[in-house]
Amino acid sequence: MSETHAETAFARKAPVAFVAEGEIPASPPPMNAVGPVKWIRDNLFPGPVNAILTILSLIFIVFVAYEILPWLIDSSWSPAEMSLAGCRAEASGACFAVINERFPQFFFGFYPQDLYWRPSLAFGFLLLALWPVLFESAPRKLLFFSAIYPVLGYWLIWGGTIWGPLAVLAAPVVGWLIYTRLGGLCERLVGEAFGPLMTLIAAVLAVIVWGLFLVIPIDEALSAIAPIALQHVPSAKLGGFLLSLIIGVVGIAASLPFGIALALGRQSNLFIVKALSVGFIEAMRGVPLITLLFVASTLLNYFLPPGTNFDLILRVCIMVTFFASAYMAEVIRGGIAALPKGQYEAADAMGLTYWQSMRLIILPQALKISIPNIVSTFIGLFKDTTLVIVIGLLDPLGLSSAIRADANWNGVVWELYGFIALFFFIFCFGMSRYSQYLERKLRTDHR
Amino acid sequence: MTVSATARPEHGFRLSQLIYDTRYRSTTIQVVAMFAFMLAVGWVVNNAIQNLEALGKSFSFSFLFSTSGYDVNQRLLEYSSQSTHGRAAILGILNTLVLALVGCITATILGVLAGVARLSKNWIVARLMTVYVEGFRNVPVLLWIIVITAMVNESMPSPRDYRGVETGAFVFTNRGFYFPEALFSHGLGDLDLGLFKVSLDLMAIIAVLAAGIYAAKRIGRAADVKQAETGVRPRVFWYRVAAIFLPTIALLLFLGFHIGYPELAGFNFKGGTFLRDSFIGLWLALSLYTGAFIAENVRAGIQAVSKGQTEAAYALGLRPSRTMKLVILPQAMRVIVPPLISQYLNLTKNTSLAIAVGYMDATGTLGGITLNQTGREMETLLLLMGFYLIISLSISFVMNVYNERMKLRER
Repeated sequence: MSETHAETAFARKAPVAFVAEGEIPASPPPMNAVGPVKWIRDNLFPGPVNAILTILSLIFIVFVAYEILPWLIDSSWSPAEMSLAGCRAEASGACFAVINERFPQFFFGFYPQDLYWRPSLAFGFLLLALWPVLFESAPRKLLFFSAIYPVLGYWLIWGGTIWGPLAVLAAPVVGWLIYTRLGGLCERLVGEAFGPLMTLIAAVLAVIVWGLFLVIPIDEALSAIAPIALQHVPSAKLGGFLLSLIIGVVGIAASLPFGIALALGRQSNLFIVKALSVGFIEAMRGVPLITLLFVASTLLNYFLPPGTNFDLILRVCIMVTFFASAYMAEVIRGGIAALPKGQYEAADAMGLTYWQSMRLIILPQALKISIPNIVSTFIGLFKDTTLVIVIGLLDPLGLSSAIRADANWNGVVWELYGFIALFFFIFCFGMSRYSQYLERKLRTDHR
Repeated sequence: MTVSATARPEHGFRLSQLIYDTRYRSTTIQVVAMFAFMLAVGWVVNNAIQNLEALGKSFSFSFLFSTSGYDVNQRLLEYSSQSTHGRAAILGILNTLVLALVGCITATILGVLAGVARLSKNWIVARLMTVYVEGFRNVPVLLWIIVITAMVNESMPSPRDYRGVETGAFVFTNRGFYFPEALFSHGLGDLDLGLFKVSLDLMAIIAVLAAGIYAAKRIGRAADVKQAETGVRPRVFWYRVAAIFLPTIALLLFLGFHIGYPELAGFNFKGGTFLRDSFIGLWLALSLYTGAFIAENVRAGIQAVSKGQTEAAYALGLRPSRTMKLVILPQAMRVIVPPLISQYLNLTKNTSLAIAVGYMDATGTLGGITLNQTGREMETLLLLMGFYLIISLSISFVMNVYNERMKLRER
């Protein structure tokens, strides 16, 4: 049919009078279909409702700018007299001199001034330790440094003898030595069948005994022989962003493994393990962090053997870790649940054990799926470090009220809050950007 | 091959099978876990008993019935410093619930508006909403609570400034906001339930209103039946309005309803409904903060609805607003609701930050002053955590029921 049509059309074709030799040059589009005018019409005034919204938004922006800009521009950073009165004498706007003067205090709290280099160094080392964890481009050998960083950072910030932290660091080494070197001995003692298991139990017990009973005597003995020590700084002196960072980083680093363990427990087939995990997760998620902080400050010592008294910051870190790992567990459980059943079946079909299939097949994919939520949990945890103000620790917010109580700075409000907000914004926004980068990097499906 | 398969094992049950045989291993692990857990609990409880004994403290809740001796500044029930600690705790719990309820409502409204606006084609509106969401999400909620309460305190005039000034029905001062209140010149009085009193006026109004709404529904159903029979729908709109409002208005007139305005008396306003500055600061801050998170949930939910649905709705000639309301939002709700549950939970738990600005919620009364006065950390914190656990579990239960009902029915 179509052929006949084409033929008839060809046959009927009239003789051609004119054939264009070249292309006609493209004429410019009409003025209102291109450029800023078109953009404004499309994006700001597509309809009457949008026009009203645009105008309202513009009025709002102009109003805010009118209120804030003069305040920002007419600010004073270092007046002759470092006080609010000095600021007011020079400029009517913001008095950033308070931040200028109290800058070290904001970062280090009441840490001794001549020792500021120690937390600064610890922070520098923290960045170095994070580098191989966060970015693939870093030299892999730095991971060793990341492993010893917790002890190193603790020693730098709190001071004291070096032998205590070193003894703590030695605990996993002791366990590893027993596990690898004394395996044969154990097998000879209890027989082939129980050999490996006994070795494992012996190694774990050795680590526990080492940590609970040997660290302190070893520390004391070695300190008596070779007193290598930094000046001890008590926890009450810590404050400011240093405190937020300590609690935040400890909570973030410790809650991820705990959270993974809880998530696996919750997804487990073993009824009792599952019930215990669910109970822990729901109890932690069901109460506000503040009540857990109250527990840390007033109640935790009751649950430990009489006479135990350990540091408030450590207690807070423990409760924050519990709290965050419950959230982490739910996030990771979502990731595990999102995996298609075929992945589990494939792992089983290959004959992998439970731990092998989790380590090699399930968890890498589940963690990748949950990255955005893991990072938002991290962000939430880091923001929640400000809550320690309610149990009297001097976080940045607590410091700001202390500064406002100073007669010199009585009446300064917005500068302090603005500064703290900016600090948290930079960290949290940075984290969320990093998670987006990670998502892009780990995207293995080709969409 | 066949020999080994049919041959009986040489030994009977060996102990190592408990660990290496997959038939027994899970039981072994569970028993060990149970033992470890019991040991840990026993250890903790034993420590607690020893420590309490060493301090000479007992474990009892009798402090709840002793005189509290402190004042609660925002109260929904009768309370004085002669009341008991238990009553103070109930007051605090009510304050928490009120704050959580109004906060959840405003946060949802704000969040839905902001989430939809962030996807708007209007460039400037979308950018503004991005700034709002990122700004609130990345700064601690405690900071927002303190800042917004400070804003209320700094920007509003003090009650003193109203001296000699004509005030309207609504008065905004730095100590709080005053609204007109409902008064009844010959009310029915209160019903004393022992623990607290119930206003009979309020009960009567609620009962009449509920009856009116029921009647209106019946009228609507009668109209449906008539429409089904005859094909013509009778106009009943005004009847329904009358069924709802006329009895209520009649009751209000009978009770002698009038509006009480706040008036400056001495150093402060008297009369009217009073909302404290701390309540307003908390309410605004929690709504704005949670609203930013809900906005992101709403955005994710809307983006999860496939574009074909929008296109189909446009092809049918629906306007964008109706497309959003009738096509996109109902489908997006399935994605939005589960994270919305946890946002409600978060807001409820964040109300405990009220302690930072002096609003007396459950944490402020039970976990704050009562704890400090009686020194009973164990009991007060157990009660407090139990209260929050009950709220959290019931919110998630209610929302899960809703979620189950809204779920997509598939094969």
